[in-house]
Order: sequence, then C-alpha cells, then structure tokens
Amino acid sequence: MTQQTAATPATTAAAGGTMRSSKLQEAITGYGFVAPALFVLVVFMIIPLIVSFYFSLTDWNGITPLDQGRITEDNPDGAYEIVGLENYTRILFEPGIRQASFYTALKNTAYYTLGIVPVQTVLALVLAVIVNQRWLKGKGFFRTAFYFPSITSSVVISLIFMWMFTSSGLVNTAIKAIFPQYTPVTWLDDPNGLIHLFLNTIGINPSREAIRMCDPATLQFWGCEIASIRLWDWFSGPSVTMATIMILNIWTTIGTMMIIYLAALQGIPSQVYEAAYVDGANAWQLFRRITVPLLSPTTFFVVTVGLIGSLQVFDQVYVMTAGGPNNTTLTVAYLVYRSAFKDSRMGLAAATAIVLFIIIFLFTMAQRRIIRERN
Amino acid sequence: MAAAAQPLPQTNTSTSGRIIRRVLLIIGIIILIVVAFVEIIPFVFTIANSFKCLPAINAHPWAFIPVPPFGVDCVQDGIPLPANATVQGLTFNPSLDGYRTVIAQDLPRWFMNSIIFSVAITICRLITDSLAGYSLARLKYIGNRVIFFIILGTLMIPGVVLIIPRFIMLQQLGLLNTYQGLIIVLASDAFGIFLMKQFFENVPHEIEEAAQVDGASRFTTFARIILPMATPALVALTIFSFQGQWNNFMDALIIIGSNPLLWTLTLGLSSLQGVSGETLIWNMFLAGSVITTIPLAIVFFSFQRYFVEGTAYSGLAGQ
Repeated sequence: MTQQTAATPATTAAAGGTMRSSKLQEAITGYGFVAPALFVLVVFMIIPLIVSFYFSLTDWNGITPLDQGRITEDNPDGAYEIVGLENYTRILFEPGIRQASFYTALKNTAYYTLGIVPVQTVLALVLAVIVNQRWLKGKGFFRTAFYFPSITSSVVISLIFMWMFTSSGLVNTAIKAIFPQYTPVTWLDDPNGLIHLFLNTIGINPSREAIRMCDPATLQFWGCEIASIRLWDWFSGPSVTMATIMILNIWTTIGTMMIIYLAALQGIPSQVYEAAYVDGANAWQLFRRITVPLLSPTTFFVVTVGLIGSLQVFDQVYVMTAGGPNNTTLTVAYLVYRSAFKDSRMGLAAATAIVLFIIIFLFTMAQRRIIRERN
Repeated sequence: MAAAAQPLPQTNTSTSGRIIRRVLLIIGIIILIVVAFVEIIPFVFTIANSFKCLPAINAHPWAFIPVPPFGVDCVQDGIPLPANATVQGLTFNPSLDGYRTVIAQDLPRWFMNSIIFSVAITICRLITDSLAGYSLARLKYIGNRVIFFIILGTLMIPGVVLIIPRFIMLQQLGLLNTYQGLIIVLASDAFGIFLMKQFFENVPHEIEEAAQVDGASRFTTFARIILPMATPALVALTIFSFQGQWNNFMDALIIIGSNPLLWTLTLGLSSLQGVSGETLIWNMFLAGSVITTIPLAIVFFSFQRYFVEGTAYSGLAGQ
C-alpha cells in the first residue's frame, strides 16, 4: 500500500519529465521545420512592404548608390532626402504631370477592371453550366480547350495577340471577309475611347476645340480638368487598344473561372434540381432560382479574384503597348514600373505602389467582411 | 371534368417545355463550339504561321494547311521569296526560317535559364513548403497559429508592390542579376504551404504514432513515412510552381532583367521586340512562342487532372 502510493508520484513525475522534454522537442522541430519558409516570406514579402513605405517617403532616383546614405548637413552627397508625404500629395492632390499620370493610370485600370470582370464572370458561368449538362459529350475536350490558354505564358499570349491584331492580321482579314465594307481598325494604335466612338456614331461629336474648352458660363465644360484630366477624357472610355488587351485577358481567364464554377456546380446535389423540376420549373427558372443563388459564394470569389488580378495588370501592357498610344493603356502597375525604372523616380514609384496596395487591400478586406457576414 | 382538364395544360407546357429545352440545347452547343473555336484558333494559327516565310505571314495569315515541299528556303539568291511563291489558297509550304532566326537569337540559353530557374525554385518550394506545411498541420508549439496567419497574409500582398523594395534589397545584398537572387526571393510560397498543410491534416495520426513507438525521430517520420504519402499534393505543387515560374515575367524582369546572360524565355522573347508593331519579324516571334509553350503543353497534357483539380480546389478553398 505505502509502496504503491510512493510509486505513483514518482512515475507521474518521470512521465511529466519526458512529456515536457518531448513537448520541447516538438516545439524545436516545429520552429525548425517552419523556419526556412517563414524566413523567405518575411524577408522577401513582408520586410519589402516596410522598405517600400520608407522609400515612398524619399526622393531617391534609383541610380545614386544607396551606400552614400541620406542627405544630411554632414553628408551633402547623400543619395536621397526624406521628403515626408510629398510623393503622395504629388500623385494624389497636386495638379501637374505626376497627378495626371496617376489618375490616367487609375482611370484606365478602372475601365479595364469594370470591362473585364463582369464579362469573364458571366461567360465563365454560362460555359460551366453548359459543360456540366449530363447529355454533353466530349466534356474533356471543351474543358481542355477553355483551360489551356490560362496556363500559357502571358508574354507568349501578348505576342500572339499583337500578331493577330495587326492591321493586316488574322482578325482584320477575317472581319473584312465577312463584312466587305469594314475599314481596318488599327487595334494596337488607336487612342480613341470606346464611349467617345459610340457617342460619335450617335451624332454627339464635340469638336477638338470644344474638348479643350472650359467655360461653365457658356456650358462648355468638356475641357474642364478634374485631377489634371479633362472631363472628356474621364468619360471617353477605354481606348480601342485597351479594349484589345481586355479581349486578351477575358480570353485567357475564362477557362480558370469556368473550372472553378464547374467544381461548385458539381457540388450542388441533383435532388435540388429534381425537386424543383417536379414542381414544374422550367430550365430558365432552374438556372435563375437555383443555380445562380447556390453559386453566389463562388461568384463572389471569382469576382474578387478577377478584380484583384485586373487591378495589377502589367505583363500585357509591357509587351504590347508600353502604356501607349497616348497613355491610354497606362495602368497603375505599369506606372509603378515606369516611374521606378524608366523615369528614375523610385520614391514616387514606391508611393504609387503603396497607394495601389491600399486600394487592393481595401477590396480584399471588403471581401473578407462580406464573407464573414454571410456565414 | 376538372380532373380530366388538368392533364391537358400540363401536356401543353411539357411540349412547349420540350421545345424550349431543345432550343436551349442547340444554343448551348453553339455557344460552346464558338468559344472553343475562339480559344483554339490562335494556337493553331500560331503554329502554322511559325512555319511560314515572313512575306507569306503578312499577306496570307489564314493559310494553315502545310503541303510539300517542306523546308523551303525563304531567301533564294539573296532575294526573299514573294508571298505568293509559298502560299496557294489555304495551303502553304512550310519553312524553318522563323525557328532558325529565333535560335540564332540566343534562344537555347534562354531555354536553359528557364529550366534552371523553374526547376530550382520548384525544388526549393517543395522542401520549404512541405516542411512548413507539416509543422503547421501537426506540430504543437507556441505561435503556431500566428505563424500560419502571417504566411496566409502574404497572399494578400500584390506582386507589383514588391518590385521596388525587392530591387533595392537585392541590390544591397549584391544579389541583383544573379541566379541566386531570383531563386531565393521565390523559394517559398504561401499557396504551396497552404496546400501541403491541408494535405497533412488529413493523414491519420496513428501512422505517426506507430513510427514514433518504433523510436523514429520526427524528421525521419516526416521524410520516410509522411512525405511519400503526400505524393499527390507534391505533384500538384510541382506542376503549379513549374508552370508559374516558367511563365514568370515581372519578377524576372526586375531581378535579372539587366543581365542578358540570365534571361529566361519570357524575358528573351519580350526583348526581341522593336518599337513598331507592324514591321516585326513575326515568324521569329511565333516560332519563339511555340518553343516557349511546348514544355508547358507537355506538362499540361500529362498532368491535366492535377491542373484542373488544383484550380477547382483553390476556388472551393477560397470561399
């Protein structure tokens, strides 16, 4: 009896000891295993955010070696000066060329995003619903055909589209063959906005002078500048060249979006449809009242991913247009690159990047919030 | 009377319903075929035109049926063959001129560099991601969840924001324009860690416990027993990472863009471009595009299931 009671604390103490040491060992292993990945992600993804913010407060040109340090009274040959929020005020608030570039890029990116996200989402949903039909043969073929473009290099696709859309290329010759009246469009070098062109066709056609006039007293306001951009330019829509890049991106992404929709569609139990069918619902009602509502989380995801992706469009602009013609394909991401590495204004570029980050961050946060509220 | 009348409108609606369904079916098939056609045509004509002489591409882009003689010389006696000499209707005589020109432009080096970067980064990611995934899924320690949220948080950082600070940091570290520079920056990724973590969470605990009873260390258990079970996840990670890095453009442009010896296929192809979009040597570009796409096409068609499942998974997980 006494032996037993004496033995019990001893064994528990021994067991506790091994447990503590094995716990410690597990922790050491745990930190050790996660360390390489954490190191890479912290050093090359999180610290850069801080570095980026720091340089957005400077006027560094990106060329003068940083070893020369900050400009101070003792160090007049420094590489950069701390200018506070000056870069931000120059792109956001101060009328001038920097503000004009930033808001042009923002306007172009907004048109681009508003143009492609709805189209690719609706198209992807329609395709997924059709591919999901039981009677369809050759599902694999269609899935492959739709999906393959999205795994192909953006540079390759940009080159292929540049070639297809040259003035005597595949697209123009095909349209010409169908409509002999067609005057070839120079897709890759047409700065005219789509809305502008549409207004022209219905007879609203302000003259070159009118576009430059700003005199509200005589109702001439097209030339009035808001954030260094003329009102007419704000409203003229994405240029023909931008539309070409939009077509490219819709063409590339619908496959991915379709696959995501398809997976979600396959998760809807067929009993749901059968029940509705017995109640006398027709195909359109099934789609409208059952498929679309049940897929709304997926739609939400597809829209957000599309939104975040299109706010960052860069490769296609770099390869196809370098922002031209007339800056009508200048996107925010390309502006960051251009100010940093072409115009030698690292500080300004860093500030532009931080503003873009905040915009994207707000969208992501809004998404999280809506998802949480739904659940 | 009422009972007899009831079936009548029902048969009516079902006949009209059948007609509507048939119309919808036809419209559906038409949409599907048109879109499939639009998605495939650019590739078909890229391949066909990559084998044409330059004048023939510009004059007859729609000719796509190759007919003998094969391997025509586009320049004969110092004079370029006129377009009509190699194209008749929809048929053309293939030539290797585009391929010869692009290969003369250092393309073999770009190809090698693309392989070096894609393979090295993929191997790094397989190691770092699977270790981290296992640690986060299975090992208990203080800060486990915090670390997971930090890693997940990096998914929200847009790549464009990183180009300037990465450029500055690598410059300071002396890693700009080096192989190591681009590789280390991309040596781990949150998506891969997430994928591996999800997988390891579903491995039954008994398997590890059995191994530990046998006295195996954590690392041995992981390397010998758990990792081999994770082959499907590792394959998915491999192909996604390889595809992503093979196509990577922006990071490569910033980090190795000013050293032509390190250029990858995407950098090389984009550098071939002149200013004017109308006078480019298209057969060279199209040949380069075909060469760049072939390795990916092989990977894609061998592992299509993984691509499709991975994309679907990212969609379902993202909700």
